[in-house]
Amino acid sequence: MISAAEAMVRCLEAEGVTTAFGYPGAAICPFYDEIYKTGSIHHVLVRHEANAGHEASGYARITNRPAVCIATSGPGATNLLTAIATAYADSIPLICITGQVSTDQIGCDVFQEVDITGAAEPFVKYSYLVKDAAALPRIFKEAFYLAGTGRKGPVLIDVPLDVQRAMIDFEYPSEIKMRTYKPAFKGNPLQIQRIRDAVNSSKKPLLCVGGGIFLSGAEKEIKRFSEKAQIPAVSTMMGLSIFPTDHPMYLGMIGMHGLRSANTAMNNCDTIIMIGARVGDRAVRSPSFLATGKTVIHIDIDSAEIGKNINVDIPLVGDCREILTELCAAEYDNDHAAWLSEIREIKNDVDVNEETEGYINPKVFIRKLSDRCPADTVCVADVGQNQIWTCNNFGFREGGRFLTTGGMGTMGYSVPCAIGAKMAAPEREVVAICGDGAFQMQMMELATIIQEDLPVKIIVMKNKRLGMVRELQTNLYNDQLIATDIGNYPDFVALARAYGIEAERVSTMAEAEEKIEKLVSSKKAYLLECNVYKLESTL
Amino acid sequence: MKYTVSVLVENHAGVLARIAGLFARRGFNIDSLAVGATNDPTISRITIVADGDEHTAQQLEKQLNKLVDTIKVRTLSADELLARELHLIKINAAPAQRNEVLTVCEVMGAKIVDMTPTTMTLEISDSPEHIQRFNSLIEGYGIREVVSTGTIAIQKGALTIK
Repeated sequence: MISAAEAMVRCLEAEGVTTAFGYPGAAICPFYDEIYKTGSIHHVLVRHEANAGHEASGYARITNRPAVCIATSGPGATNLLTAIATAYADSIPLICITGQVSTDQIGCDVFQEVDITGAAEPFVKYSYLVKDAAALPRIFKEAFYLAGTGRKGPVLIDVPLDVQRAMIDFEYPSEIKMRTYKPAFKGNPLQIQRIRDAVNSSKKPLLCVGGGIFLSGAEKEIKRFSEKAQIPAVSTMMGLSIFPTDHPMYLGMIGMHGLRSANTAMNNCDTIIMIGARVGDRAVRSPSFLATGKTVIHIDIDSAEIGKNINVDIPLVGDCREILTELCAAEYDNDHAAWLSEIREIKNDVDVNEETEGYINPKVFIRKLSDRCPADTVCVADVGQNQIWTCNNFGFREGGRFLTTGGMGTMGYSVPCAIGAKMAAPEREVVAICGDGAFQMQMMELATIIQEDLPVKIIVMKNKRLGMVRELQTNLYNDQLIATDIGNYPDFVALARAYGIEAERVSTMAEAEEKIEKLVSSKKAYLLECNVYKLESTL
Repeated sequence: MKYTVSVLVENHAGVLARIAGLFARRGFNIDSLAVGATNDPTISRITIVADGDEHTAQQLEKQLNKLVDTIKVRTLSADELLARELHLIKINAAPAQRNEVLTVCEVMGAKIVDMTPTTMTLEISDSPEHIQRFNSLIEGYGIREVVSTGTIAIQKGALTIK
């Protein structure tokens, strides 16, 4: 017999978990005590529970396996909610473990009690309130399976204090016994054949790739299919960096902040293959307009996404990688040469070279940064103008990776996500790019960076504004600016140094390359504050 | 368009909350909902009557299928199902009116389950359409209170949903 708390650690070991992100509290102490005693799991102490979720998210996205975050009951658990919802919107596999008050006290509104399984219900893939300690091994086994298969997502396990203390016979189940949950992996062969036929008969086919490609590990297969069948590709924000930016078949990011080349191709194609993309409103503003006169093919692991936002001619449910492997096995006799030359003519006339005296141009700066970063760099963008600047200007190369929160758009995601990514891939360069607004929602994590001695690089684009909302107020609200001036404080360089993190400021393009060189070559954590003009535009 | 959905789910705590939450956040309108155990005590059946166009019906079925606790979802068309509701109706009925009410109940297949000097309580179990006709016959007496279940439904013939 072992304590259920120890069994929880043994479950994590059995799942190969070596790192967890969390913040302790009274209701989760038995579990923490076992983490201490067993010593097999490296616990990263965050400075706010939301960041435990975001750090686990960054970790999960690099390892492509469920990652673990931990919080205590009540406020600890509610602080975690934003991160759970963020992971749900982007289909990131998380195991969220929360402490709960003792079972005999549940429902009595005792200290630090909250119904967290109830609160999280709309944005978890599944949740467990554990009432029977003996069920814990089965629950952990199911939770990892649920989080990491099908359409991935966060699973919450809420464990009351007395349940953690109970003694149980421990044996980790070797197999899953669930009669209800059976994710489809293989695609229907008849539908796959229909797609092959549609590609061969199409004059102007187009691939639209989304975050599902990463989730199924199909980065190689999608490029092989695009090259073999001679189909150009566009990307959603979540699909950025699947194709290197200068890949000959690649046209860029679609959507309201996307490139003209990509959006024109979307409008002019005759067959569109959406794969691992859910036709979100930021990517496709008017699905019914887009679908008019086109053959729409939608490939997704989640059948509920197919036909939800756009009418589909050929639906196909299954794992992207399995399906792309099938599609690659066929022969394609149409080289779509006229279509390829037509869309390669479309130029993106974004003028990014203008400079404002005493400021850096963030678009040019990000281009220079990506030129200097190693090919396999993990680049994390926050939310706001900095996100779009990064999407449209960071040049991704083969093996590079872009991370951001495309679905929820959660400010304060970039630094914790970068911490998680760096923990998962210590040998890779990891750069977080954020604005001065979002940075102030996450700057407590500088302490985590120092405590873990993580060489994470941070770029703060400081325009002293909540720039994207400021631009919205200018364009849509008659330039009546309210609550978007965040002032010229704090001094982020001094702040970083107060934590013991190297930091510098850059205010002119003339010194940009030198500062980028210092940032990239630093073996330690490094923060660069970039002075950006307050009226700098998003596009 | 009204449609009836029969859902088999795991019979454990929290399942109904998950289903109800799904309806609320996806904006599906439900007319009635009935939950009960099946011959397998680990499985419950939820019968939902909802309103919406074909796209909504399809989405509802897919979203229900996506819930981890869902074992099976079937949308039943009006001509393949037998639907039943149970209503308990308390009406005003003075002694002079009792024979009239008795006749209506006999013809329509309702039972009288309680009586006071001024009221009668009627029980009817039948299809929603039949119950509507029954209601129109007795509403003249003055309805004091109605308690009704949601619609439950089963397929006609030998077919089953398992």
